[in-house]
Amino acid sequence: MTALLFLILFPLIPAVLLLAVKHDGARGVITRLAVGVIVAASIGLPWLMNAGLPVYFSFDAEWAGKAMFFIEIFLAGLIFFLGLKYKHYLTSVLITLQFALMAWYEFSLSGTVTIQQHLFLDRLSLIMAIIIGVIGGLICVYALGYMRDFHDHHREMPDRRPYFFFVMFVFLSAMFGLVFANNLVWLFFFWEVTTLCSFLLIGYTKTAEATTNAFKALIMNLGGGLAFAGAIVWLAWSGGPLELKALIASPQAMVMIPVALLCFAGITKSAQMPFSSWLLGAMVAPTPTSALLHSSTMVKAGVYLVLRLAPVLAGSYVGAAVALVGGVTFLLAAFIAISQSNAKKVLAYSTVSNLGLIVTCAGVGTAAAVWAGIFLIIFHAVAKSLLFLCVGTLEHRIGSRDIEDMDNILIKMPTLAVMVLIGIGGMFVAPFGMLISKWAAIRAFVHAGPVMSPILILLLAYGSAVTVFFWTKWMAKIMEVSVLRTGHDPLEDAISYDERFAHWAHTVLTIGVCLAFPLVSSQLVEPYVAEVFGQAAGMEAGNLMLTGIMVALILILPTIAFPYQRKAGYVFGTAYMAGLNEYPDRMYDGSLSQRRKATLKNYYLAGIFGEEKFMKVGVLAGTCLLALMLGAALL
Amino acid sequence: MKTIAFGIAYVLLAPVIGGLLVGLDRIISARMQRRVGPPILQPFYDIFKLLQKKTVVVNRLQNPAIFCHLFFMIATGFLFFEGSDILLIIFVLTLSGVFLVLAASASGSPFSHIGAERELILMTAYEPMVLMMLVGIYKVTDSFHFYAILESAKPLIVYLPGIFVGFLYILTMKLRKSPFDISYSHHAHQELVKGIMSDMSGKSIAMVEIAHWYENVFLLGLVYLFFGFSPVLGIAAVILTYVFEILVDNTFARFRWELAFRSAWLVALVLGGGNLIALYALMGGA
Repeated sequence: MTALLFLILFPLIPAVLLLAVKHDGARGVITRLAVGVIVAASIGLPWLMNAGLPVYFSFDAEWAGKAMFFIEIFLAGLIFFLGLKYKHYLTSVLITLQFALMAWYEFSLSGTVTIQQHLFLDRLSLIMAIIIGVIGGLICVYALGYMRDFHDHHREMPDRRPYFFFVMFVFLSAMFGLVFANNLVWLFFFWEVTTLCSFLLIGYTKTAEATTNAFKALIMNLGGGLAFAGAIVWLAWSGGPLELKALIASPQAMVMIPVALLCFAGITKSAQMPFSSWLLGAMVAPTPTSALLHSSTMVKAGVYLVLRLAPVLAGSYVGAAVALVGGVTFLLAAFIAISQSNAKKVLAYSTVSNLGLIVTCAGVGTAAAVWAGIFLIIFHAVAKSLLFLCVGTLEHRIGSRDIEDMDNILIKMPTLAVMVLIGIGGMFVAPFGMLISKWAAIRAFVHAGPVMSPILILLLAYGSAVTVFFWTKWMAKIMEVSVLRTGHDPLEDAISYDERFAHWAHTVLTIGVCLAFPLVSSQLVEPYVAEVFGQAAGMEAGNLMLTGIMVALILILPTIAFPYQRKAGYVFGTAYMAGLNEYPDRMYDGSLSQRRKATLKNYYLAGIFGEEKFMKVGVLAGTCLLALMLGAALL
Repeated sequence: MKTIAFGIAYVLLAPVIGGLLVGLDRIISARMQRRVGPPILQPFYDIFKLLQKKTVVVNRLQNPAIFCHLFFMIATGFLFFEGSDILLIIFVLTLSGVFLVLAASASGSPFSHIGAERELILMTAYEPMVLMMLVGIYKVTDSFHFYAILESAKPLIVYLPGIFVGFLYILTMKLRKSPFDISYSHHAHQELVKGIMSDMSGKSIAMVEIAHWYENVFLLGLVYLFFGFSPVLGIAAVILTYVFEILVDNTFARFRWELAFRSAWLVALVLGGGNLIALYALMGGA
């Protein structure tokens, strides 16, 4: 238990230190040391626990509950005040309602409830903790270099880095609390802290746009928090269990209403339709914030909760509605991603889309689906974080985050370009993890029931076809080279060591997780699924071997083929332009002897896959499905 | 062990069969156009000639990508006839396709760039139907493995008529036949600036062509699955399908990409989706 408390509380120490320290060098030392400790502790959890998983801890924690309630009062006051100050009155209304519910629970209902086990660690919590510790930690290290550059590029903005790093570490602390909490009231406390942290991080730059989007995120997540508080009050009032473990083990009919409310909270936090817009608005924040929100924290908290509830959702109408919300989000967000050329928006829509698939897995709720969902979380966290960190660095170096400006980066910044290619590959191509998980999801959906199966298969079939399109065209852009390499380009040297370290660590992780996939499955995911569902799920040994071989091949083949062509006597020529080429940069003399420049742009099919159109469809469909979900719970 | 032998047999024989099929295609097409056509071995002569030509590349990444395209195409067929999970194999096929697109984009010529984009549109157009087909087959036979599906001896064509017709529709794309030859065409008028292959020469073209032969044999293997309960019928169906695709190739004008894309998705939704829904309604969940 000490280890769990350590992981929750320790990040607060560097947080406070970083708030006090203004010196950049000292900030670097503290951050690196703290991240080292957090990474070691999160990976070392199974050994630190010194007990077989899962373990549940019961202890007298009245003091902790009181402390949390006082912090909640303070935070509620803060949010209430901010809502008034910035004239986003809905914020103040929502926090008041939420606080009223929690005060009702605290003063009138909590006396009747006994909560035994406050904290726990099982294999899913362990996986989440490792993701939070390792990926979240690396993002903090990356932020050291990135934020320095950021303020060099944006001199007009106030340098509030101490505050930024303070919030980052508090965020990690809250995330650890969230995945270790068995007590739903505690879980709620950490849930609200992550909402507040993301609000503060999104609004970091204090521009008008950032403030508006931060409030948008806050309002939607407070709405989810209100549903969460409602679930707690309902459970306490009806004498239901206020512990996660007991809740999952309850018969469906008993707990359907609170479970639906919790799913609602999870769906808002994981930015599913109709709530996707807050995550897209969050793109105004500096890149480390985006990376953190998208990969290891915030949205992952949402899918974590829904995935936890999967056993209760399986086979129910609420589960079906949750699966459909996820499925529709998966499809529509992938559609919209086609029409985007802003790299960060493509990444954001792809996150929304992939989270949709995880939510679908949770809604289906079978052992096989949950197995797939957990792997989607793991692989998505690593590959998406890698991509965000690369795009953030690229943006500072080439001055653009538009995919159309990413040709020739193979010449200017070869290492970074290859990392982006690996990250994109990791997102959608066999044999990398995301695709393998998607494969597992299809297999799980085949058994989702006579009505759900064909619908989910259709959503998945179209969605994954589209995924291939928007990722491949990005890769194709990076492969395009129109200038000759003239010696060493200094662009790549200018990247700070912290950023480079984070890039490399992520790249190694992206490939490493794919290679370690059988081990992760047999040691962590399969036992978890077996323990929750009482039945096995996994991959056939032949397929495991096949994917392993393919991961190795895809790394080796290009490396052999690359030097081979020189030996094979290939000749280098120029691209066909239907004219006389004037190297470099796609200049050519046309038929009337005019010098012209050819420019290449990707297809965005905006007429078919427009953002505006599908966002509207998504909001409408998502709202209807959520209404159906809550309706189904009441019946 | 025996299935691995089948896989190896595919690796060795598929280019021979694929080449002969293309030779046959040329003769039949020629007869449809009242020409005599080349000898049946012409595709092989072409390949041998290409292999002797100087290979000019624009970008050093181009050829490794083409090599990976060929390699993963062979892997697709090998794994299929070896009896691995077809759902996984389809993703290997996608990987192979991605490499071809990357190879074409790497050259930086506007012509191959457009070819690459169109190839991507085709991939997006046909993929939903392929996934629905596999799910349909799985639903009927409870397996994703070639030999297990054959052993189930279920007349798939009876269970999956809509899916089969939908598959024929996208098969035309995969065989690179008109009206869907928008990224790369075999017709004579396209021989010089040929979409995705504009900047490939010598061994590069040879590799792409051979990959295409491998792919054709694999695709016909998928057609065979539908009639696999009776080998005679299966082989007859494969031959008929191929002749049918040649007929379509010679009787249709090329579609614009919008039409190709939209129609493929619609066909997949109506025929594939409809068939799946009917299948689940009749056979239940589980």
